[in-house]
Amino acid sequence: MLPSYLTVAAILFCIGLYGALVKRNAIIVLLSLELMLNAVNLNLVAFSKYGVVPSLTGQIFSLFTITVAAAEAAIGVAILFALFRLRGTVNVDEFDKMRR
Amino acid sequence: MFNIDFTGEFAAFFVFSAIMISGAVLMISLDKVVHMVISMAAVFLGLAGMFVLLEAEFVAFVQVLIYAGAVSILMIFGIMMTKHHGGGRERAKPLHETLAAVSALSLFGILFYAIRTTAFPEPQPFQAGEDNTMAIGELLYTGYVIPFELLSVLLTVAFIGAIVLAKKEAD
Repeated sequence: MLPSYLTVAAILFCIGLYGALVKRNAIIVLLSLELMLNAVNLNLVAFSKYGVVPSLTGQIFSLFTITVAAAEAAIGVAILFALFRLRGTVNVDEFDKMRR
Repeated sequence: MFNIDFTGEFAAFFVFSAIMISGAVLMISLDKVVHMVISMAAVFLGLAGMFVLLEAEFVAFVQVLIYAGAVSILMIFGIMMTKHHGGGRERAKPLHETLAAVSALSLFGILFYAIRTTAFPEPQPFQAGEDNTMAIGELLYTGYVIPFELLSVLLTVAFIGAIVLAKKEAD
């Protein structure tokens, strides 16, 4: 079963990578990042059951990843609000200057 | 190559992976931003089901709470507070999109080749413990105390920073 889980995780990761590279809307880019992190979580939990030495450590690691991803999403949306107030747009290809 | 016996686990795995992959593809291809977030919520729920299959009930519960609950709502709030004219019409950039598709597909090819050619040794039986949540809690407070505390500091700093960033400057 382990290769099947890893394959699904790889598919999700690649879809997330494509979305993060192609989409212009910053919120969708953030969502694609979340998708990639979720694929990594699936790998961690799959190895925690089907790895050579199964243990709960993989689940603990995935909990840490979920926490950091939640912090990342909050910071990302906050930065997006600040940029939106400054520029009036959420398209990533118009965020090309560090100053106003 | 795919020596899979059709058990109940495989059927459930198939259903969940179909939900997740179709949700992810819909997220890429839909037109309106809110619909994209809703299809991502489907992906998060499918992943939670997959965690249950992998005997990680606590992680599945956290997944539903944090992702399907908090992150989706946060993204919907983000959409509501910012302006989206024209339903997010994408300007066509064929070269850029082709390059991105080629790189994502080649990455998937490499990963798939690596997964298929690796001989995974037969795992020892997995003991999830009587109570998954209790086992995780004990491990978190014995072996992983320092990362746990560091993570709580990180969360505090991140959320205070988010509030400061998103607050309107009092002029």
